[in-house]
Amino acid sequence: MNGLQTLVDYFVNYPFVRYAFAVGLLIALCASLLGVTLVLKRFSFIGDGLSHVAFGAMAVAAVTGLTNRMAIVLPVTLLSAVLLLRTGKNTKIKGDAAVAMISVGALAIGYMLMNLFPTSANISGDVCSTLFGSTSILTLQKSDVAVCVVMAAIVLTVFVLFYHQIFAVTFDESFCSAIGVRANVYNLVIAVITAIIIVLAMNLVGSLLISALIIFPALSAMRVFKSFLSVIICSSVISVVCAAVGIVLSILFSTPVGSTIVTADIVVFLGFWITSVIIGRTRV
Amino acid sequence: MAQITCIDATLGYEDGVVTEGLSFTVETGDCLCILGENGSGKSTLVKALLGLKPVLRGKIERDPALTGIGYLPQQTVVQRDFPASVREIVRSGCLARMGLRPFYSAEDKALADRTMEQLGIASLAGHCYRDLSGGQQQRVLLARALCATRSMLLLDEPVTGLDPKAQIDLYELIAKLNRDGITIIMVTHDVNAAVRYASHILHIGGGKQRFFGTVDAYKESSIGKAFLAEGGA
Repeated sequence: MNGLQTLVDYFVNYPFVRYAFAVGLLIALCASLLGVTLVLKRFSFIGDGLSHVAFGAMAVAAVTGLTNRMAIVLPVTLLSAVLLLRTGKNTKIKGDAAVAMISVGALAIGYMLMNLFPTSANISGDVCSTLFGSTSILTLQKSDVAVCVVMAAIVLTVFVLFYHQIFAVTFDESFCSAIGVRANVYNLVIAVITAIIIVLAMNLVGSLLISALIIFPALSAMRVFKSFLSVIICSSVISVVCAAVGIVLSILFSTPVGSTIVTADIVVFLGFWITSVIIGRTRV
Repeated sequence: MAQITCIDATLGYEDGVVTEGLSFTVETGDCLCILGENGSGKSTLVKALLGLKPVLRGKIERDPALTGIGYLPQQTVVQRDFPASVREIVRSGCLARMGLRPFYSAEDKALADRTMEQLGIASLAGHCYRDLSGGQQQRVLLARALCATRSMLLLDEPVTGLDPKAQIDLYELIAKLNRDGITIIMVTHDVNAAVRYASHILHIGGGKQRFFGTVDAYKESSIGKAFLAEGGA
């Protein structure tokens, strides 16, 4: 009970703990919503690739000394997302190769820039916190929280409004085009939301672990549930619960926030996997 | 009356012509089978008919009264393991009528229910798509196409991967829909099924149109005779 008492004290006395919870849970919710679509469209690695792009952009922002890093990270990531999702057809370089190329390229250039133009004495510390998430989630200002809430609200609104279209485009693009639903437009919507989520999630878990936040809840839910809606709902519940548990544990045991959340996601995934084996997936 | 008129159309990509000289018409209530070997341009023709791909030369005219074409695409890998209920998939056929309304109307839902009833999959409505047999999955996709439109169905290799019994069941179902007045265009390389169920045959190969006409004329033509002998009829 001592731990719980400490936690309640933190929560009541320190606004940054409340901010961390608010931001963490919102990011987890948004990431899980799109995760189902990305996993089903075989785009799991796009999250990973984009996060590396965001890392590169972050390095550029740090080097140029911009105070508002979002101003450069978000547009660059958005652009890459659009480019990557367009590479599905009619391009010389196929999807997975394009993702690998852009992501490793951005990673290399970002790291080089950070070394060439160091902004602080502790370069490896800077790099590590960008890659694996930092304690920055516990040092959020009120304005950061506001930005995050607005972005999350945009993601959630777009997702709810275009839920059926996103479902249909995920399931069958050619049918959608044939009946006059503009599949390209909705693919673009998916790309844009993905980019926003990745930029948001960088604050929480760092760029290397973002994919985990996106794919684990979706994969867990898909083990057990049998309709798209139930998979989406289950996936967001898993994601939010894991984020909450992860943040609590990381505060209590001073572990890194990002990896604690992802570990919670992995544990849940194993649980769902075992459940699916036990109940058996084939009925009808 | 003609729902689709194709006049000396040439199909292909930027780097080459796939097939040329396509001239045929599809009348209301027809069942047109498109035959041809792999790579003869069948799928390119499908895309052109759907309006997803422009013709290089010539033209394909669609009757303005033809509101849309219900399309049954070939199954993709993604779909076989897709966690969605049959009801969700069938309803998505109504999507084009939704506009910016973020939910399905009561009529759309009722239409989806009636269509599932008609195709004998009402009892599967709550089941997961990936748990169904191949034949059941095709019925679900057929129901979705019928929710989109009831004037014309375009089926791309509908029986691929089905066992013989399921193939016959699906062909019979398609024939029944055709008798109910729905125009059918079916791409297949099963020549025996084509002459059994179609009213007209379009045969493409070698980069051009080899035959267009009624089934009876096809059976009498030299290409039809050769192809039927090959198909083991």
